[in-house]
Amino acid sequence: MLDALGDGNRRSILERLAAGPLPVGALAEQLPISRPAVSQHLRVLKEAELVTVSVVGTRHLYRINPSGLRAVRDYLHRFWMTALDNFAALAEAEAADRRLEPEEHRR
Amino acid sequence: MTTEPTTEVQVHRSVSVPLSPERAFALFTARMTEFWPQEHSIGSSALAQVVLEPRVGGRWYERGVDGTECEWGRVGEWQPPNRVVLLWQIGANWQFDPDLETEVEVTFTEETAGRTLVDLRHRHLERYGDQADAMYAGFDSPAGWTGTLSRFAEVAG
Repeated sequence: MLDALGDGNRRSILERLAAGPLPVGALAEQLPISRPAVSQHLRVLKEAELVTVSVVGTRHLYRINPSGLRAVRDYLHRFWMTALDNFAALAEAEAADRRLEPEEHRR
Repeated sequence: MTTEPTTEVQVHRSVSVPLSPERAFALFTARMTEFWPQEHSIGSSALAQVVLEPRVGGRWYERGVDGTECEWGRVGEWQPPNRVVLLWQIGANWQFDPDLETEVEVTFTEETAGRTLVDLRHRHLERYGDQADAMYAGFDSPAGWTGTLSRFAEVAG
């Protein structure tokens, strides 16, 4: 993410998008770089999850990925990690119980 | 829907468990209370039970120790023993929000006889959009979810 922000043009793109979603063409008009260059920067920003793109009709509209979104995702990632670890422990206990049963019957 | 985000924000986690898909599915859906992190409650009283009604459109809610119920969402798809999709409709303010739908898709795939890979994907987090900052602020609020971040940090090491 820091690498993605380590470029003046990319920071300029983010500043433009902070005002509202824009397509590539509109961004290129507002910046002193070519449209392909804007696309390239957007690709880097997208990979860093700093912007998202949505398709509205035939247009690709770029928008800021709200700063909190990453935190939300990290939070939920940790949440589900805990929940599934608990689930796996419960499943192990279940499987162990099942394995014991026949032995007990045999006694 | 007129807008389809092509950048989908999701979290993914998988675990392998020593059960058949049938038993893993049943354990996951019918006994959620037993593995749900207890501090994750949006109700006014402590979490007593997590209830998932086993059918498409079924309710997904918590019941507090005082008997009050808080909606979490509902069942979007119900395909035992291989797949269930839960619609998590908890908004940035940690209240049930009927207009918000994020998806928790859980699949159960048999790896070998009696062993199942459980894949969980919490999808469409981008739908939180501008709510996200408020939501993050809520994590640190003294009510409800206190301390969970630090506790998770401990677990995550």
